[in-house]
Parts: sequence; C-alpha cells; structure tokens
Amino acid sequence: MDSDEDMETFEVDSGNESSSDDIGFNIEDQNQNPKDRQNDIEEFVFNVLSTEEIVQHMIDCIKEVNIIVEIPATTTRILLNHFKWDKEKLMERYYDGDQEQLFAEARVINPLASRSSQQPSTSSSMSSKAKVSRRCPPNSEECEICFTLIPSNLMTGLECNHRFCTQCWCEYLTTKIMAEGMGQTIACAAHGCNILVDDATVMRLVRDPKVRLKYQHLITNSFVECNRLLRWCPSPDCNNAVKVQHVEAHPVTCKCGHRFCFACGENWHDPVRCSLLKRWIKKCDDDSETSNWIAANTKECPKCNVTIEKDGGCNHMVCKNQSCKTEFCWVCLGSWEPHGSSWYSCNRFNEEEAKEARGAQERSRAALQRYLFYCNRYMNHMQSLKFENKLYASVKEKMEEMQHHCMSWIEVQFLKKAVDILCQCRQTLMYTYVFAYYLRKNNQSTIFEDNQRDLEAATEKLSEYLERDITNENLANIKQQVQDKYRYCDLRRKKLLEHVHEGYEKESWEYMD
Amino acid sequence: MAGLSPSERRLQKELMSLMKEPPPGMEVDSDKAEQNLNLWTIHMKGAEGTLYDGEEFQLQFKFGPKYPFDSPEVTFIGNNIPVHPHVYSNGHICLSILTDDWSPALSVQSVCLSIVSMLSSCKEKKRPPDNTFYVKTCNKNPKKTKWWYHDDSV
Ligand SMILES: [Zn+2]
Ligand SMILES: [Zn+2]
Ligand SMILES: [Zn+2]
Ligand SMILES: [Zn+2]
Ligand SMILES: [Zn+2]
Ligand SMILES: [Zn+2]
Repeated sequence: MDSDEDMETFEVDSGNESSSDDIGFNIEDQNQNPKDRQNDIEEFVFNVLSTEEIVQHMIDCIKEVNIIVEIPATTTRILLNHFKWDKEKLMERYYDGDQEQLFAEARVINPLASRSSQQPSTSSSMSSKAKVSRRCPPNSEECEICFTLIPSNLMTGLECNHRFCTQCWCEYLTTKIMAEGMGQTIACAAHGCNILVDDATVMRLVRDPKVRLKYQHLITNSFVECNRLLRWCPSPDCNNAVKVQHVEAHPVTCKCGHRFCFACGENWHDPVRCSLLKRWIKKCDDDSETSNWIAANTKECPKCNVTIEKDGGCNHMVCKNQSCKTEFCWVCLGSWEPHGSSWYSCNRFNEEEAKEARGAQERSRAALQRYLFYCNRYMNHMQSLKFENKLYASVKEKMEEMQHHCMSWIEVQFLKKAVDILCQCRQTLMYTYVFAYYLRKNNQSTIFEDNQRDLEAATEKLSEYLERDITNENLANIKQQVQDKYRYCDLRRKKLLEHVHEGYEKESWEYMD
Repeated sequence: MAGLSPSERRLQKELMSLMKEPPPGMEVDSDKAEQNLNLWTIHMKGAEGTLYDGEEFQLQFKFGPKYPFDSPEVTFIGNNIPVHPHVYSNGHICLSILTDDWSPALSVQSVCLSIVSMLSSCKEKKRPPDNTFYVKTCNKNPKKTKWWYHDDSV
C-alpha cells in the first residue's frame, strides 16, 4: 500500500502522566554524593527515554537503515522488528542472504519485485473461487467480508492484493487491536494470508483516536520489548524506558527515581546474580513450597505421598487416596502388615524399610526448613524496605523537631543520610540471603557468612538508633552515634560486596543445584 | 435490509445463499435460523466413500455481535457426535480456523467444507487421546480453550 504518511504514524502522543514523583522530601539531588554514585555505577552509560523519545528513537532507527537500503519505511519497520531491531543483523541478511526468503520470513511482500508480477497469493480465501464467478457491475467489486458490492475506489488491500472494503478493514483492524491486543503482528484479513499490515496502513484505515492510541502503545511496547538495548522502567506508573550501549547486569536509575538491574528488570540485587535471583523468585512463587509447609506439620503416605493428618487413635493408617489405600504405621511409616495386631505400639522402628521411609521424609523436611530460614530473612528485609517511605517521613519529623532545638538544616541532614544507608544495607542483605541459599560451603563462603552476620548486626543497630526518641539534651551525642553507626554499616556493606565480587572474579563460588 | 446491523446483514446473505445453493450433503435448518439469526443448526451427511458414509451429524453455529470479525462458536450437537481424532465427545472441534486462524473472509459455508474435509481425510475412527480429561475440565465455550492443534495430517 503506498502511503506518504509513513512517518506520521506517531503524532506525538505522550503516554506520560505528569510526573510528580517526589514525596516532598527528596530535596537533595541524587548526585549529592558523587563518590558513592561513581562507585556504584562506574562507567556504565545509559539514557532514560520518555515515550516521545522512544518513538523518535524508533523513527531514527528506521531512517538509519533507509539511508542504505531503499525500501519503503513501513517495510523497513517490519523487517527491523523481525530482527528485534538489530540493524546489523538485518543488513547482513539483506546483503548476504536470500532476499526473497528474508521478505517471506518477515511476512512482507518484496517491495523490489515489480508490481505487475504480483498475483494474489494462492493459499488464500477458500471462498474466493466461488465469488469470482459472479459478475460485478463495472467499477465495483464484491467485498468478501461484508458480501456487499462496493465501488472499486473504496476497496483496498496490502501488496498481497487481497482487497476488502475500507469499512471492513477498519472493523477488522479495530477488533485485532482492541480485543486481541495485537499491534506488530496483525496479518492480512484474507484467510491463510500471513502478510503483515504495516503501521501506515493501520493509521490510514483506522480513524478512531482511542484505537489509534492503543495501536501506538502496542507498537512502542513491542519496539521496547524486543529491543535488547531498551527496557521499560518497571515502576508501575512510569512510562520511561532505559537505553544502554550494551547489555550488562548493572544498576540503572530512571528519572522517576526507581533503581533497577538493566539485565533482568528486578530491583538492583547485588551481590546475587540475575539467574540465581530468577530461580529464587520462581521458587518463592511456586505453590509447592506452601504445600510443603503443610507437609511439615503432617505426614505423607509413603506410597503415593498424599498428605495425611492423624485424627487420633491407633497407629494403623489407611491412605485416604482411593487409588492407593496403602496401609502403614504412623510411628515408623513402614507398611502395616508385619505390625499385625499391635494397634497402639510399634516395635519396628529400626527395621530397614521403616528407616528408609522416614529418611525420605526427613530429607524433604530438612530442605524445607533450610529454605524457610533464608526465605524468612529475605522477606524480613523486603518487608522493612516496603516501609521505606514511612521511615523517611518519620525521620523528616525528627529533623524538623531538631531544627526547633537550634540545629541548622544542614546539621540535621545526617538523619536522612542514615536512612539512605539503612535502606541500601537492607537491600543488599535481602539479596545476600538469596545468594547464600544457593551457595555451597567452602572457605570463602564461611567468610561471606561472617560478613553477612556483621552487616546484619550493624544494620539492626542502626535501625534501632533511628527509632529512638530525640530529646533535647542528647542531640549532639545522638548525632555522633548515628554517624558512627551508619559509617560502619556502609563500610561493612562495601566490604561484603567487594568480597563477593572478588569471588566472582576468582570463581570461588560454588552453587547447589 | 435497512435497520440490520452489519453482522446481521452478512448473516442474512449467508443464510440466503446456503438455502439457495446448499453445498452437497448439507442443509441449514432455515426455520430455526430465521427465528434466531445468531444460532444456526446445519445437518450434515458423512461423505460417500469415507468412514462416515451413511452417518448424519448436526453442527451448531453461534454468532456473536462482532461476527465475522469474531469467529463463530462451532460445535457438533445431537446424539451422533462423529468419532474423530479432532472431535471431542462433547462436540468440541479442534480446528485452527475456528480460533487462531479465523479470518473474516471465511464463512459458514467455508467452515462446513473444512469440517467435511477434515472428516473425509480420517483414516481411523477414534477420539482424541485426551478426550476424557478435556471433556471433564473444559469450558462450555470451545473458544475459551487454548487449543494446541493436533497434527493436521490426521
Ligand atoms: Zn466489506
Ligand atoms: Zn493478503
Ligand atoms: Zn521510571
Ligand atoms: Zn539482574
Ligand atoms: Zn497413599
Ligand atoms: Zn510401626
């Protein structure tokens, strides 16, 4: 479909709400502590893009390709999308590979092939044969969707030449966009035709602003999602994306203030690596862990593992699973048969079969206990971090109070700094438990656990101090102590991280599978 | 045909053409369809020389207000559900054009023809392997099923 409004698809639409993300307290610039910041971010270069900038970036990518390859911009966009917006890959395939095949894979008609040679793809519409035979008045065609005779100038189609009336096209595209949430991958309306509808065509045929807006969102979204160098800011109300030069597990900070790992999108999770964190999160989400929790307070049938609770009385258990009905002894978990009629006492506790059955249960329970240990600590810090805002608010109050006790604004900033560090420590600690859960014991892991314990203790002390009441007489004293505490925390945190990073370099970390 | 929605207009046209020139072995219950344009029953004869020769089936079509942009809900009904590897004993049919590969350029007639050809190419009468489980657990509406399509060659 020819169109000269190729680039017009995106009339500037900002999905951005005005961002009033300050909680009225982040008076200080993020850069206030340049040393800390530099240390954390090193030379990892990234940009934060607004919705408009994302669209502009997309258009720039298309233009860049079009300077070299002379095909319609709409086709370029489909091709780029096919290669996940990797320009080099597209160029390589375009110049070195089979172009026909390239276009077919990307589901576009080769724009270089002469128009006259195009026939409607043979695979299409079963119904077309039946309809073709009907005679139409001149300058009109029957639309195969609404079964109505339509003046030819109101019939349109893609390069595959499957023509339908503009109204049916509009209805078709609207359904795909609104009901099915499709953007990049809407195919021609003809049955069996997989040629993709380009963006210019969608914008030409769909007039409803609501539908157009949704389409633009879908397109921008797929642009960001399939582009390796871009990632949406995961903060729920933020419409920015972060763009990097190369993919790496690195912390990036969005304009909204949210800090996350570029590689995986989770909150910045040093010292644990993305892959382990992913495993951990999956494990935590997994319901089976909860059902294991139940199992810790009950027993399982030694045959079919159905959960059994003893409802009092004798030791002779019959599995309630109708297809199992195994009879076993509650005390030793061995099969019931050799117990005969000793309903209330078991003297087979040391028989091999019984030992094995109990061993299996104990192992699964020990694993569960271990998981719960790490999980509780992880959750504990996560929970505390969720109250971060509350903590900042309460500290703000204290700071105001102190200013009434003749301390200057500058002089009370140490409290905010203390909260900053407390939160950093909690976040680091939280992820150390994920790391520790998968860590196999060796010399280095012992040192790591010592570091972890030190940081944990220091962090709890700092937290305690921040919760104390501020009174007039001990102001100076408190300031000194809080500063000591947070400096120590900061030090311990950096030591711990350094040690883990060193371990990564020396490959001293071994994991359990 | 003034006052009809685009969907009703198209259904009227489809109904008329099915009544005038029914494809071989098919007959639409026109009384029923005229009473309720959104619910059709089609009587279908098993094609000669196939495993279903001599059998009769009933296909039910339910059309939503967005037909043909939204696919119709198509099931076998009545007491003779064809025994076929893609047809569940509750009448649900595993056929991609009924969901994922639906196109508004398809029609009742083309769907019927596809189903006849699906039956005709069958080499062994049997239910889908997951029939018992599926029938017990599925949604009443086959369009709510996330089908993964059986091998087309069967
Ligand atoms: Zn039409
Ligand atoms: Zn087409
Ligand atoms: Zn953000
Ligand atoms: Zn990560
Ligand atoms: Zn059992
Ligand atoms: Zn026993």
